[in-house]
Amino acid sequence: MDALIPLLTIFMLAVFVGFEIITKVPPLLHTPLMSGSNAISGITIIGAMVAAASSSTLTTALGFSALVLAAINVVGGFLVTHRMLEMFRKKD
Amino acid sequence: MDSALTNLAYLAASVLFILGIKGLTHPRTAVRGNLYGATGMLLAIVATLASREVFGAGVQGIGVILAGVVIGGGIGATLALKIQMTAMPQMVALLNGFGGGASVFVAGAVFLDATDPTTRMTVSTVVSGIIGSVTFFGSLVAFDKLQGLVLPGKPIHFAGQQFVSLLIGLGALGVGVMIVTDPTATNLYWVVVALASIAGVLLTIPVGGADMPVAIALLNSYSGLAAASTGFVLDNNALIITGSLVGASGLILTRIMCKAMNRSVTNVLTGAIGPKAEAGASADEVYGGRVKSASPEEVAMLFDMARRVVIVPGYGLAVSQAQHSVRDLANLLESQGTEVEFAIHPVAGRMPGHMNVLLAEANIPYDKLREMDEINPTFAQTDVAIVIGANDVVNPVANTDPSSPIAGMPILEVDKARTVVVIKRSLNPGFAGIPNPLFAADNTLMFFGDGKKAVLDLISAIKEA
Repeated sequence: MDALIPLLTIFMLAVFVGFEIITKVPPLLHTPLMSGSNAISGITIIGAMVAAASSSTLTTALGFSALVLAAINVVGGFLVTHRMLEMFRKKD
Repeated sequence: MDSALTNLAYLAASVLFILGIKGLTHPRTAVRGNLYGATGMLLAIVATLASREVFGAGVQGIGVILAGVVIGGGIGATLALKIQMTAMPQMVALLNGFGGGASVFVAGAVFLDATDPTTRMTVSTVVSGIIGSVTFFGSLVAFDKLQGLVLPGKPIHFAGQQFVSLLIGLGALGVGVMIVTDPTATNLYWVVVALASIAGVLLTIPVGGADMPVAIALLNSYSGLAAASTGFVLDNNALIITGSLVGASGLILTRIMCKAMNRSVTNVLTGAIGPKAEAGASADEVYGGRVKSASPEEVAMLFDMARRVVIVPGYGLAVSQAQHSVRDLANLLESQGTEVEFAIHPVAGRMPGHMNVLLAEANIPYDKLREMDEINPTFAQTDVAIVIGANDVVNPVANTDPSSPIAGMPILEVDKARTVVVIKRSLNPGFAGIPNPLFAADNTLMFFGDGKKAVLDLISAIKEA
């Protein structure tokens, strides 16, 4: 079963880390949490980049489509989260 | 860059993502946290650009990548800078969907390119294809409903809907099994994607307006799980770690939202709320002759003696863009020595935390925004509670009538305040489709009108008094 077990181990541990940290995020910041976590889930962009650089036309086309979607996710997600969080910060 | 270095960079990026979310546990550290996340992403992208697979593939590949990043980044930046805070639920729905779509394409690209795919790869490809497509089309439907484009905001039902959804879901799984047993049948991947896309649409159309917070949180979770599953396809830890963080986050939010409505996820997803066969009292029985409508001047007089005022915002505040006028009202009352706080129900608005963002946009300090459990005990000491564009979340029937569709839902107990002012367009029921006895209570004054205009009228009436 090649690398399945190490990958599953990392998956499970990361799920637990996620539950531990995210339960501590106050409801006040739940919207930025969603947009911010959305931005980091744009990490798929690294897979898209590898596919887009492929020599096969079909793979490149699929990779390019993924790249555009993931880039919207990453740039849009971090920027809009920043916009929101600045609003929470400015009246400290 | 050799692959050990690339993977080390991915590990560093994952650590930065975790620190980034950790920063979100407090408003003071949140901006920095988000920057950690963005730095992690930049690191991961640069490491991938420098990796053997990309940099080694030649100039043409780099050109394609740059073009994709510029196009996608441009669209993303435009969306992020132009979007209004009231439209944040739509924005997040759209971003969720794009994340899911990216996973579908990446998993497909890698699978179609693989010469001798392992079982791990085929299974996770199918999972990515299914979850990603459900996320993409489910999110598009959610976006459409929130934006009010084609589909109605109300739940859409047709005969045998759940049966058809189940059949299509099973069909996608069945074709998936065929791919796993015969990985050369690569074209079947698109059949899985097509079936899962239909399932995504069918799963989201029965979800109605006020249930959107649950749907968005769940789709958020799916977009993370799709990324994690794509990590299993690519054998990439960064995707797995990040995807599971986001998956966990979405699940936690889904659970909080469901608890705040005292309903199960299944109940929300099947759109099983709404006017049941005349359970409970009719509007005439509840309101008949007992509703008192007040003018701005009458309402203004209430604040003369008020020492403590609590403002309860609902979706109506977002619709009428009343957040800035509400801030002016709060400032005016505070300048007269009145204590003003805001009571935020967890499911007020169309996504988790929606009201908090709107009030923060209007420069209302976050320490004035109180959660339900914190503020409920203080309503008895509150002189005036102002409800703006909220309905079901302040309906006392939730506590008194076990047969009501909202029975057991935790509510903001505004009816305990000395006087309640409800700013609302009409007596029309909220999403649950039931009348609200609060509007006919002895201590309630109805102030009919558009949220923003009503608040502005109230401000001038207070100033003149």
